[in-house]
Amino acid sequence: MESVFEATVTRTDDGSVVVMSGTVNRAAKQALEAAYEEAVEQPGRVLMDFRSVDYINSTGIAVIVGVLAMARAEDREVGAFGLTDHYREVFNITRLSDFMTIYDDETAAAAAG
Amino acid sequence: MVQLMRRRRAEEETQAGDESQIPESKTRLIEAVPIPFGDPLETLLLSSGGPVVLRDLELESVTVDALREAGVELIVPLIGQGELLGALYLGPRLSDQPYSTDDRRLLGSLASQVAPAMKVAQLVREQQAEAKERERIHQELQVAALIQQTLLPKELPAIAGWQVDAFYRPARAVGGDFYDFIALEDGRLGVVIGDVTDKGVPAALVMATCRSMLRAAAQRHTSPSAVLADVNDGLVPEIPPAMFVTCLYAIIDTEAGEVVFANAGHNLPYVRHDGGVLELRATGMPLGLMPGMGYDETKYEMSAGEVMVLTSDGITEAHNAEGEMYGFARLMDRVARRPINDDVLNAVVTELEAFTGEGAEQEDDITLVVVKRTSSAQASAETFEERRQVMAKFVIPSEEGNERIAIAKVSAAVEGLGLEPARLERLKTAVGETVMNAIEHGNENRPELDVDVQVCANEESVSVLVSDQGGDRLIPEATVPDLEAKLAGDQTPRGWGLFLIEKMVDEVRSTSDGATHTIELVMNRKGVS
Repeated sequence: MESVFEATVTRTDDGSVVVMSGTVNRAAKQALEAAYEEAVEQPGRVLMDFRSVDYINSTGIAVIVGVLAMARAEDREVGAFGLTDHYREVFNITRLSDFMTIYDDETAAAAAG
Repeated sequence: MVQLMRRRRAEEETQAGDESQIPESKTRLIEAVPIPFGDPLETLLLSSGGPVVLRDLELESVTVDALREAGVELIVPLIGQGELLGALYLGPRLSDQPYSTDDRRLLGSLASQVAPAMKVAQLVREQQAEAKERERIHQELQVAALIQQTLLPKELPAIAGWQVDAFYRPARAVGGDFYDFIALEDGRLGVVIGDVTDKGVPAALVMATCRSMLRAAAQRHTSPSAVLADVNDGLVPEIPPAMFVTCLYAIIDTEAGEVVFANAGHNLPYVRHDGGVLELRATGMPLGLMPGMGYDETKYEMSAGEVMVLTSDGITEAHNAEGEMYGFARLMDRVARRPINDDVLNAVVTELEAFTGEGAEQEDDITLVVVKRTSSAQASAETFEERRQVMAKFVIPSEEGNERIAIAKVSAAVEGLGLEPARLERLKTAVGETVMNAIEHGNENRPELDVDVQVCANEESVSVLVSDQGGDRLIPEATVPDLEAKLAGDQTPRGWGLFLIEKMVDEVRSTSDGATHTIELVMNRKGVS
């Protein structure tokens, strides 16, 4: 039932995009943190692409909080796009959206870069 | 002239040769002389390897003497698979010449071909007899089953404020279980559960007698102990030796909620109440063993929501594949662990089936009677619990990631209830988080423990009840996680589950009966996000 989490990093003009797929739960911690480390080898903002993420639970939120903490420690800007309306709501309720900019889609994220 | 003698069969058969072909004056029928088991002649014939000339025998045996007397000259043993199946007795040759070597060889070869055919014939006859016996047993079982089923109640009593349920499943060999409901003249309800030792028709007949006696005695006496004492005295002279009946008789005052019962050696009843489960005790000898017995009486006042469970030993004495017995402790534990509003009867039957394993043959009759007091005031309006409809009910093993199975099932169950899509998504997240908590904290990730999930709905709302075995742990107050502290590394990044659950649904209720801990998620159907 559970889809395995994967994260790859692509470069953009103004930073990196962490492209995620599968389930974001506690099992995603290592892969997501490694992808973040890879992304920050390059200057600029880190964008998180949630388009292929099918499920996020509270342990996944904790993993994202961990990444945001790393970003905050080095004053790195983090953004996100590709979240469903429901997970946008969850990010609002948990106030994650106060610490990362949520874009409607990839284009909006690129335009804001 | 030739006589074939078959041994080891009750009906000894004599088969004479075709006498009409031989001049009558010279023929003589030799009397069938049986060879008893263990006779020295049997041993000799088995080791002879062919026809034996009686004259040459030096054997002290009554049989040999009898054969000589009968005029036997040659014995041709019929041997199949090392067993003496019979023998041909031959008198003197018509020519009065002794039997030649050729004669003996011919007879020996004849015997070696006859013997297997005889063995086959014997087996066929035995199989036919066995088939006949099986058919007889089958018919007897059908008669027993018919008697039993005819006498069991056709319908359950319908009493305001009470819910009575019964389950009966006979074993293949049909044991002597029975149960009965007796409407008493003073308005109270008599409940009987019993078990006749022995199986089949004899047990069914004793059950029928016992049932009639109980029905009559129940109207004569007002106390259950007097009823059992009366039936015992009536049954002693009627019952075959070595048979007896265990029986529990309870009288329920359906208005006051008082249950008083006496017990003749039957399984004790359990009461499922708010704080767990209680075994009610009353002692007394089984019915039909000895006259003049006395029976204890026990009273119990049932409150609304409480359930009394009466069982037969077909449940407690069922075995699993490893030979382990289901037992009282397990039954009591299972009854205790069901949520109070649960369907105890189906839960016990389902769990018993899981214990004995799929396809296992049922050893004994299984009988279960469940009496629940649903409300104390007869005229009270139906409660919310009663008005709501169960949409789905399932269990999932406590393994990480299984919350997604629950999400999918709940989602399918509420389809068609018209929940707004955004609210459905919230409910799904709340269900996922609640089930995760139940798996991880309530059941401590032990896969052998189940998380029970029930989805109910009424006109106003949808409820999802998630139960684990976490005891009396109540839901802690959900605090708003301090994100700043988490981001600064001053606080663990975790701790979002309860907060999310509370934010996602309209109401969260937490209950515990000491063993089972239940979280109820309530989502109003009409609400908009």
